[in-house]
Amino acid sequence: MTMRYEKPATAQEAASILANEPGVARVLSGGTDVLVQLRAGMIELDLIVDIKNLDQIKDITSEDGGFRIGAAVSGASLGEHAGVVALWPGVIEAFELIGSTQVQGRATMAGNLCNGSPAADSVPAMAAANATARIVGPDGERDCSVQDIPVSPGRTSLTKGEIVTSIFLPARPERAADAYLRFTPRTEMDIAVASAAVSLELDAGGTCTAARIALGAIAPTVVLVDAASKCIIGTKLDAAALEAMSTACSAACNPIDDKRGTIEFRTQVVGVLAKRAALIAYKRAGGRT
Amino acid sequence: MALDSKMNRVFKVVGTRPPRPDGVEKVTGRAMYGADATAPGMLVGRILRSPHAHAIIKSIDVSAAEALKGVKAVVTAADFGVPDDLSIRDVQDNCMAQGKALYHGHAVAAVAANTAAIASQALKLIKVRYEVLPHVTDVDEAMRPGAPIVQEARALENVAAGFSENVTSQCEFGHGDLEVGFAKADKVIERSFTTAATHQGYIEPHACLASMSPDGKGDLWCCTQGQFQVRTLCAEIMGMDASQLRVTASEIGGGFGGKTTVFIEPVALALSRKSGRPVKIVMTRDEVFKATGPTVSSSMDVKIGMTNDGRITAAQAQLRYQGGAFPCGTVEMGAQSAFACYNLDAVHTVGWNVLTNRPKEAAYRAPGAPMAIYAVESVVDELCQELGLDPLNVRLKNASTKGTKSSYGPTFDDIGLRATLEAAKAHPHCSAPLGPNQGRGLSCGFWFNFGGNTCVSLNINTDGTVGITEGNPDIGGSRAAISQMAAEELGVPYDKVRTIIADTNSLGYNDVTDGSRVTFSVGLATIEAARNAIKVMCGRVAKIWGIDEDAVIWEDGCAKPSGANAGDFTPMSIEEIAAISSNTGGPIAGHFEVNADGAGVSFGVHLADVEVDPETGATKILRYTVFQDAGKAVHPDYVEGQMQGGAVQGIGWALNEEYIYGKDGLLQNAGFLDYRVPVASDLPNIETVILEIPNPGHPYGVRGVGETPIVPPLATLSNAVARAIGIRLFELPMSPPKLLKAIRQKG
Amino acid sequence: MRNLHISTSVNGDQTEFVCAPDETLLDVLRNRLGLTGAKEGCGTGDCGACSVTLNGRLVCSCLVLGVEAEGAEIGTVEGLAMGDHLHPLQRNFIDHAALQCGICTPGILVAAKALLEKNPNPTDEEIRYWLAGNLCRCTGYDKIIKAVQIAAAEMRGA
Repeated sequence: MTMRYEKPATAQEAASILANEPGVARVLSGGTDVLVQLRAGMIELDLIVDIKNLDQIKDITSEDGGFRIGAAVSGASLGEHAGVVALWPGVIEAFELIGSTQVQGRATMAGNLCNGSPAADSVPAMAAANATARIVGPDGERDCSVQDIPVSPGRTSLTKGEIVTSIFLPARPERAADAYLRFTPRTEMDIAVASAAVSLELDAGGTCTAARIALGAIAPTVVLVDAASKCIIGTKLDAAALEAMSTACSAACNPIDDKRGTIEFRTQVVGVLAKRAALIAYKRAGGRT
Repeated sequence: MALDSKMNRVFKVVGTRPPRPDGVEKVTGRAMYGADATAPGMLVGRILRSPHAHAIIKSIDVSAAEALKGVKAVVTAADFGVPDDLSIRDVQDNCMAQGKALYHGHAVAAVAANTAAIASQALKLIKVRYEVLPHVTDVDEAMRPGAPIVQEARALENVAAGFSENVTSQCEFGHGDLEVGFAKADKVIERSFTTAATHQGYIEPHACLASMSPDGKGDLWCCTQGQFQVRTLCAEIMGMDASQLRVTASEIGGGFGGKTTVFIEPVALALSRKSGRPVKIVMTRDEVFKATGPTVSSSMDVKIGMTNDGRITAAQAQLRYQGGAFPCGTVEMGAQSAFACYNLDAVHTVGWNVLTNRPKEAAYRAPGAPMAIYAVESVVDELCQELGLDPLNVRLKNASTKGTKSSYGPTFDDIGLRATLEAAKAHPHCSAPLGPNQGRGLSCGFWFNFGGNTCVSLNINTDGTVGITEGNPDIGGSRAAISQMAAEELGVPYDKVRTIIADTNSLGYNDVTDGSRVTFSVGLATIEAARNAIKVMCGRVAKIWGIDEDAVIWEDGCAKPSGANAGDFTPMSIEEIAAISSNTGGPIAGHFEVNADGAGVSFGVHLADVEVDPETGATKILRYTVFQDAGKAVHPDYVEGQMQGGAVQGIGWALNEEYIYGKDGLLQNAGFLDYRVPVASDLPNIETVILEIPNPGHPYGVRGVGETPIVPPLATLSNAVARAIGIRLFELPMSPPKLLKAIRQKG
Repeated sequence: MRNLHISTSVNGDQTEFVCAPDETLLDVLRNRLGLTGAKEGCGTGDCGACSVTLNGRLVCSCLVLGVEAEGAEIGTVEGLAMGDHLHPLQRNFIDHAALQCGICTPGILVAAKALLEKNPNPTDEEIRYWLAGNLCRCTGYDKIIKAVQIAAAEMRGA
């Protein structure tokens, strides 16, 4: 009846413990989702596996011009890392929007991803950044695009025993930047009603050469909207291009009506957020509108 | 106990801002709140709650729970008697459902076990068979004939025909001829409004520790706004004499009216009686939202006529309040306060209280007033817009003043509404420039204030220091204010006084800490108790000096001869008098007992600037100023604190807070994540301006200040939004999806 | 499963306790160590009344398991004052009426102290956003923000 607690020293050991557990098991990193669910009686666990002892799990390391972020790096730690903040400001601002200062002291990007919420703030930003997750499982290690991990609310593509050990944010060229905006009724402490992440690359003349736009809380999973990206590639984000992009974003929505927002509201606001985020990213990348 | 005639007196302690006596305990974590008490052998109590909005409880099988190792007692409604008094029966039924679960979260059984884990496990072993019934949670639906009936045969005879049985009572107030009044108007506007139920949102969940002994004595420690009320209710429910149940109020982590009744206390007592052990129950936040009192939700119609120059000629309101699954009287206060701000020749209000399948409403800061005044102040503001009139001048023109026959009957004495409006008009906020999508809103607010049963004991210690025993939990600095008034009256330094809050066996009966009554009533009783002690001291000194008692006066903490004719004596200080008290007649004390009248109504005016994002419907508050008449601000910091805190609760009500029910009648947002109280980053500084128009009913002129400030924010913000974007909403909260929809519909 | 034995440091004191694996750090502090300064207002990380520091980071102790305290350093409101000498934040909260009921005060003090250690000269807006996870229902926050500013100025001067 009582939950057991394990704190393995290696990822392989953790994967093996999880793979061999006949009951219900969860990974514990920052605990800001799993402990809430446990407390609310939404889940009953036989086993919780604390991964904070794993090698490099709390490290941020440079790799191929990008950064590898361990699965137990808290928001507070990540926000203090000048290199990541400079390279992927949109990912950082997305992650830092999650919860309170207190939650930031514990919450992790890997946890935000694996919780599987359609409204997870860091997931659209990671998807726009083309981030990958490193996964260790009973059968070894693999890398997977972030946007392929959530499959439906609360569910991921991870198989039994698999854990995410790090997130990789890739290198980016000069004149490139990202931004994230969400809508919440309050300034803080809310779950996103709709959100948009935009990552852009510009040429020397300020024309957008590449764009990735990802939307949150408007469909069962994060949505990468290629049609919206196409609207601004080749432009300097003039009003017409932004309007077309905004419309494409709204068209990509498949939201629900719930206590946090209506279908109508989410669909309309996500286009506004995408437009505003694109302008912030454009300015960060050095573009002048 | 009228205002002292020497009101030109210069206060020495009253009006200053000394540190509160309970401050150090509260900043160091030492203060003991409801959940902080323990007792040897204590068990943990937990409550099983209905998963349905409305269901007959066919049977409850507790055998498996009772058999679980570590479980010491299980109780259901069968463990309670049936009180004769219907109102007590309602309180009991709300604590433990009798036969029918009336709302989602209604208690149906409870266990006491060695640990919280065992208690939680035991709850899962209790088998309840329900027969689910149709439910109703909306006030207008509940009133219609044919609606599901929450409780039968509860309607009073005065309810007009044509409603369902859920309409339990009706009230009417007003005077004058409406028809004549409306005929004089150049413009008449009639609008319908709705407001959502909001919760008091105190950060401390309800908690209690109950200990019943086999000889029938009981002790109860709990967080409450009124230990005497808890004793009355629990003693009745438990079939005990009041003398045998001692209730001690812990420090209280917020109440705002929500801790004026009982929810878990009788359950803990019943579990303790059955188990023979102390039992502690602490609610979860989920339980607080589901099973304690939010305020009412409302549906209202308001019709007001105005002349072209801004004179209100007639005003009418119909108020429909749902107060959950048990009868309540909240609409009476709404119907009385709706038009209290205005001097009207023709005014009429009707109100209906309605049952629904929701938790029983509990008092929430100026209960019933904020929604009614929101509707009225919205229509007044719209009339000003339509007629091109300045909203502040129109309110000044119509404001109630001394001699006004109020819309609910009494004629006002000295009141501060005009002075408050004048202060707002003169304030720089009123003329500050606004940008695009920005608007300024204004609303008046009113609350009756209350006096009530009060009992204070004041002891002069042998070293000349002062101990005060009062009976009202200190919910926001009242111990400081009481100590200040005692120090003022006795002429001793503030830090020579210590005020404590007594348990129910240590002092006579005191009404609940509600109605903004404590600084007024307990203060008044403290002043009178001090005067009684002074009389004793002067008498002792008169004997020593061998002069007439009337020839001794009290000044600056000393007994002095009243003048040259009284004789030439060296004044005796309170320390000197106290030190020899055992030789002059024994201990020196003063006490005072009263059912205080003359609380003095309170008015406030709020000004807010907002900016609305036309693309998202988000409202940002740029500036907020509260003007309020405090009579006499005893501790201005805590007066300002009441004004600021009340304003922010009203802001939450206006913008985001609401009870959200699904079609299944279940509460969807029973937590602080989706029940959105304002956070620090949502708000600007809340500026305050205190007016002091002395209350004729208090020696120092004090008025209660706690409740009025929650009243104006609802209309203040709705009016500000209406002026920012030219769209007026007629419902609260003005959540972004509603506002954006209205903006887009306007195009 | 039996309780686990944990060695930790609370307010600088070496402390040992046993707890069940699913017990929160808040439950441990309150029920096993007698440190009831941290309060449970929600149990879901939405109110901040249970704020403590864990290895120097501000956290909600309701969202930490007791077993995670092994080898850690915990700081609670009970550790703010040095003997009978109140922390400047504590003194200024009293002097400037930054509390009414006081239930949120321990969490806000712990959070504000963590802010001033990181940013000794915050703007009002920075204080408001840092404290957004600490709900206060009594004060409307105004006097809290002012008291933090006054304490910060005093600490900068000290």
